[in-house]
Amino acid sequence: MNNSEPLWEVFIRSKQGLDHKHVGSLHAADAKMAIENARDVYTRRMEGVSIWVVESKYIHSTNPDEAESFFDPANDKVYRHPTFYELPDEVKYI
Amino acid sequence: MYSKPTNNAKNELADYTLFLADSSLLMGHRLGEWTGHGPVIEQDIAITNIALDLIGQARNFYQYAAELISDGNETKTTEDDLAYLRDANEFKNLLIAELPNGDWAFTITKLFFFSTWQFYFYQKLINSKDEQVAAIAEKSLKEVTYHVRWSSDWIIRLGDGTDESKKRLEKAIAAIWPYTGEMFTPAAFEDNLKDSVSIDVSGIKDDWLEKVQSVFAEATLSVPEKMWWQSGGKNGVHTEHLGYILAEMQFMQRAYPGLEW
Repeated sequence: MNNSEPLWEVFIRSKQGLDHKHVGSLHAADAKMAIENARDVYTRRMEGVSIWVVESKYIHSTNPDEAESFFDPANDKVYRHPTFYELPDEVKYI
Repeated sequence: MYSKPTNNAKNELADYTLFLADSSLLMGHRLGEWTGHGPVIEQDIAITNIALDLIGQARNFYQYAAELISDGNETKTTEDDLAYLRDANEFKNLLIAELPNGDWAFTITKLFFFSTWQFYFYQKLINSKDEQVAAIAEKSLKEVTYHVRWSSDWIIRLGDGTDESKKRLEKAIAAIWPYTGEMFTPAAFEDNLKDSVSIDVSGIKDDWLEKVQSVFAEATLSVPEKMWWQSGGKNGVHTEHLGYILAEMQFMQRAYPGLEW
């Protein structure tokens, strides 16, 4: 296995989808090859109409150790959800 | 079993269709040999995808050839008969398609020359007066457009890569170049169909050469000097390699006739 090629994250937009969704990662020498590899690895079964790739090293993430302080405080803030409005009956699909 | 069509015109159309089917099948079969052996998994999948595209094209042409051959004949011929029960001297594929894979550079070079030829060939064939042939060409052209892109990128990568990759590519180009002449030399069945079904192969040579030269220029490679051309494939005269491929590819159907999975 050749690990000298950098890792890339792949995002695919499906025909119905409006947004690109993360589908996985792969190795490639550069962006051009990463897009072609993504085409062959992740869109063989008509999964997509658009591909984004980004080198994994450019993705910065939260630290799992800090997850408690990052995300738990939102737990009891129900007032942040817009669920306290009275909706007229005519309004649908909300 | 394989039999001949009932009249001459149909015979030539069947031959033409078989020439296209055989070329795609053999190239697809060779690329398929990389399955599980690609240098990295991403390229393994990529080359297997291309192999399957080519085998799909071959199936379309074989189905049509089988229809032509069966029409008016007592015995019916199927696509499987054509792929699995003909002998080497009945195959009409371009010789380049049957050459062994060699290393990655050798395989890429074969594919690049072949796909570029297919691209210009199908681009003309979509105007064929035979609707079925034109339709298959149109469907295949999209696939081939990607094969040209993918193989061109690899030619540039290897040619403009390391000393080692360039050396290997130059070796492959020198070895395969003599097999490209056949692409632009019509067989009798092509000539005889030229006002109806077939394309003028000598007319796509310049386009092909121009594309090869432009990719080679980017890859810092040069096109070989004029050499003598290998030929014979379209007329059933093959390299020693075809027999070995058929022995492996046809073994199951020959050992267990009519076998179904």
